[in-house]
Amino acid sequence: MANLTSEFLGIRSPNPFWLASAPPTDKAYNVNRAFEAGWGGVVWKTLGEDPHIVNVSGPRYSTIHSNDRRVIGLNNIELITDRPLQTNLDEIRQVKRDWPDRALVVSVMLPMNEASWAKYIPMIEDTGADALELNFGCPHGMSERGMGAAVGQVPEYIQMTTEWCKKAASIPVIVKLTPNVASILPPAKAAKEGGADAVSLINTINSIMRVNYDTLTMYPTTDGMGTHGGYCGEAVKPIALNMVAEIARNADTADLPVSGIGGISDWRDAVDFLALGASNVQICTAAMVYGFKIIDDLTDGLSTFLDDKGMSSVAELVGKAVPSVTDWQYLNLNYVEKAVIDQELCIKCGRCHVVCEDTSHQAITHTVDGERHFEVIDEECVGCNLCVSICPVDGCISMRHLSDGEDPRTGQAISKEKANWTTHPNNPMRKQD
Amino acid sequence: MAQTPAHIRPHRLDKNEIDKNFSELHPPLSRSEALIEADRCYFCYDAPCTTACPTGIDIPGFIQKIRSDNVRGSAQTIFRENIMGGMCARVCPTEVLCEQACVRNDHEEKPVEIGLLQRYATDPIIDDDTQLFERAKPSGKKIAVVGGGPAGLSCAHRLATLGHDVVVFDKDEKLGGLNEYGIAAYKTTNNFAQREVEWILSIGGIDVKNGVTLGADFTLAQLRKQFDAVFLGIGLGSANELGDDLDSVPGIENAIEYIAELRQADDKSELPVARSVVVIGGGMTAIDIAVQSKRLGAERVDIVYRRGPEQMGASPFEQNLAKTNGVAIHNWLQPVGLKRHDAVIEIELMGTELDKEGTLKASGESSVLEADVVFKAIGQRLADEKLGNELKGFELQYGRIVVDETQATSIEGVWAGGDCVSGDDDLTVSAVQHGKLAALSIDRHLRS
Ligand SMILES: Cc1cc2nc3c(=O)[nH]c(=O)nc-3n(C[C@H](O)[C@H](O)[C@H](O)COP(=O)(O)OP(=O)(O)OC[C@H]3O[C@@H](n4cnc5c(N)ncnc54)[C@H](O)[C@@H]3O)c2cc1C
Ligand SMILES: Cc1cc2nc3c(=O)[nH]c(=O)nc-3n(C[C@H](O)[C@H](O)[C@H](O)COP(=O)(O)O)c2cc1C
Ligand code: SF4
Ligand code: SF4
Repeated sequence: MANLTSEFLGIRSPNPFWLASAPPTDKAYNVNRAFEAGWGGVVWKTLGEDPHIVNVSGPRYSTIHSNDRRVIGLNNIELITDRPLQTNLDEIRQVKRDWPDRALVVSVMLPMNEASWAKYIPMIEDTGADALELNFGCPHGMSERGMGAAVGQVPEYIQMTTEWCKKAASIPVIVKLTPNVASILPPAKAAKEGGADAVSLINTINSIMRVNYDTLTMYPTTDGMGTHGGYCGEAVKPIALNMVAEIARNADTADLPVSGIGGISDWRDAVDFLALGASNVQICTAAMVYGFKIIDDLTDGLSTFLDDKGMSSVAELVGKAVPSVTDWQYLNLNYVEKAVIDQELCIKCGRCHVVCEDTSHQAITHTVDGERHFEVIDEECVGCNLCVSICPVDGCISMRHLSDGEDPRTGQAISKEKANWTTHPNNPMRKQD
Repeated sequence: MAQTPAHIRPHRLDKNEIDKNFSELHPPLSRSEALIEADRCYFCYDAPCTTACPTGIDIPGFIQKIRSDNVRGSAQTIFRENIMGGMCARVCPTEVLCEQACVRNDHEEKPVEIGLLQRYATDPIIDDDTQLFERAKPSGKKIAVVGGGPAGLSCAHRLATLGHDVVVFDKDEKLGGLNEYGIAAYKTTNNFAQREVEWILSIGGIDVKNGVTLGADFTLAQLRKQFDAVFLGIGLGSANELGDDLDSVPGIENAIEYIAELRQADDKSELPVARSVVVIGGGMTAIDIAVQSKRLGAERVDIVYRRGPEQMGASPFEQNLAKTNGVAIHNWLQPVGLKRHDAVIEIELMGTELDKEGTLKASGESSVLEADVVFKAIGQRLADEKLGNELKGFELQYGRIVVDETQATSIEGVWAGGDCVSGDDDLTVSAVQHGKLAALSIDRHLRS
């Protein structure tokens, strides 16, 4: 069995799965249950100054479902902790004492002045917590008060605040980034400049879920009025993965440890984050949808996967896929693929035909010799992968690489040379000798 | 029933039990069940299920609308092609129609439950009496529809929406044809057949004359004079006979007559039920009389059919339904004699087999079954004494009216459809399609 023990900034935990700062980590009761279930660590629900904030007493959540009500995305308008600071500090101290082998990181959000950081950071450190996570990501409510995403969207603020925190702290500092930015690189660089030991991402994405079709108001509302909230869960994973990979493959930020967050619900999602450069992962929505027991599949699945790959530790997996990520301009334009339909597996639903016919390249038949028959027309197929992506039968359509001969579509010989946009004759900005 | 010996009696089961036995065969889907089932549909291109539906309902189209909670739009998609989409959802043998063609069969051997989804979409419309159609502006034409079964009503409704005025003539007190008097009670509960008829008629422009019989009360010649076109949807009037004087033995009954009585009974526990029943036949009627007898409390029910299970008119699902209801199906057996000993009927049976040419012949093995009642369910035919000379002048095949692909008969200005025409499969859904095609053809004819 692969060893799942994880080390992040020198903090050891029995596995790389931490609960993200959110309701599951709001108080000792929940965290104790999480640790009993086997979670490797938690990032405590974000602490703030006293007097503590208050939450609405109406709906905080709403979801996008599949028709069998599987939760695909979750939206929330919850703020940071709504309990007194001292209560939280006492509980954190006790939990860390009771669970010395688990990672206990405390999330914190404070106003934009150095005095607050100098005052509160030592109080938090005094609990014995392993590290701090700076919540520069909450996109609703707190951002209206100049905190959360209001900081995370301005690199200068990130850097300045991180510096204040680092000055007051002796334990590691993780900066949690908001995805509500045009590019994740400036915020990540700013965190690094400010002295952050690591970044974690993503926090939630600004969103409105839908309208109420009866009242034609937004949904959900509190007494008839609603507000945008933070979106998370399965649906956001691809957005998070891109941001993690951007940090991992950019020379300025590649050495910054990353804690990956966003839409992780099973071990495969964790593999995605780890292979694209995260050193560990955090989870919120999946736990809020199914409860803490999902940790069994997460740990078991990851460990089996590592065994199958002949890897003995999580660290071996970290960053494995990063070298495969590049810019579009470097993709090999001489590489040709064609779709192939396995006639044994084909159930003849015709979806590949109609989507290719209606929306793409008219490259799949419908009738051959008077029979309902779906077959790729190599002369038309551009290798776009749409049919593969929408076919309801797993493995029925696949892509085949043309390694020699000519491409029946273009009539041009397949070249084994690589050639990309940077040198393409159609590129007015191409590199010329 | 002619006479009722002691072991043919009502109250074999108490009323509650009978009510339970005659509740829905396939209970409707709840909203969440329907949404989950709708999600299973792949939204096929040129969908095979649609091709397999005799009325050509855009099945992926209506299922997609269920998925998006557009239930009324879904119902409209169904009713546009099949105005009896509600009844068909209950009675279609979907396993040999739309669901047989579903590509999910190839994927996981479990088709999308099209029939149940169709019911989910259509029920609310009939329950709430929602009008989905508008009549075109009056054409000034008048069409006579004889027979208010699925074929006649489908034709009448389409004609009415196209702006024509219609008079429906029917010999029975209620419209609906076999929907009202024939279909198994547990397939259409809650007076659905009449509620559906009322909903169909609510389009307007359809005048109904009940209790009048073509041949007895009026003639085709009169109709042809008084109307711009005539549609015949008169079903099959009389039950086939066993022949060889077997029909006159007391205790030999027509299954469809008993079924009609059952369908009209306010309290089914009052129906006389035999202790032991033998059914002769292999179609839907045979299965229905057998299963319903069992559910009314008959102790022993046997079906005797002279060919194999594959040749039975009843689908494998129906055959299985009979078996799970405790009915014994005996294939390759043919009655050759019926005798009555006091209260018991002795049925002499001869084994059958196919010879090399594929013709049925006696195998030489004989056996005997005993029963209190024998039901004949060996099919119906068009000609009956009331119809008299009315069929003269029509080209007939196997005793049924010959029509072309537009349902036009050999007589100018007369169309026909449903069971009374030759060449189709005697299903509700096919009758509906015939009525629709005839209406479209009549409309073209009258406007040209
Ligand atoms: C017992 C039984 C069970 C069945 N179960 C199923 C099933 O589960 N699923 C399925 O799809 N199909 C089933 N069928 C077949 C289906 O009921 C018929 O195919 C369908 O009803 C045919 O419709 P129709 O309009 O042609 O005829 P009918 O339904 O027979 O309607 C004919 C109408 O014409 C009227 N009429 C007849 N003669 C005259 C006349 N001389 N003058 C005036 N009016 C007249 C009748 O009163 C009746 O209203 C079953 C049939 C039977 C007998
Ligand atoms: C109800 C709710 C409350 C949250 N509160 C906080 C918080 O107080 N501090 C914080 O840093 N992130 C908070 N988050 C964001 C999560 O920690 C996490 O970054 C985000 O939900 C993405 O991960 P997921 O897709 O696994 O849920 C909250 C998320 C939810 C759903
Ligand atoms: S009408 Fe009958 S055959 Fe056609 S789709 Fe509906 S259930 Fe299937
Ligand atoms: S064949 Fe099956 S999956 Fe395809 S459209 Fe019809 S019901 Fe849906």
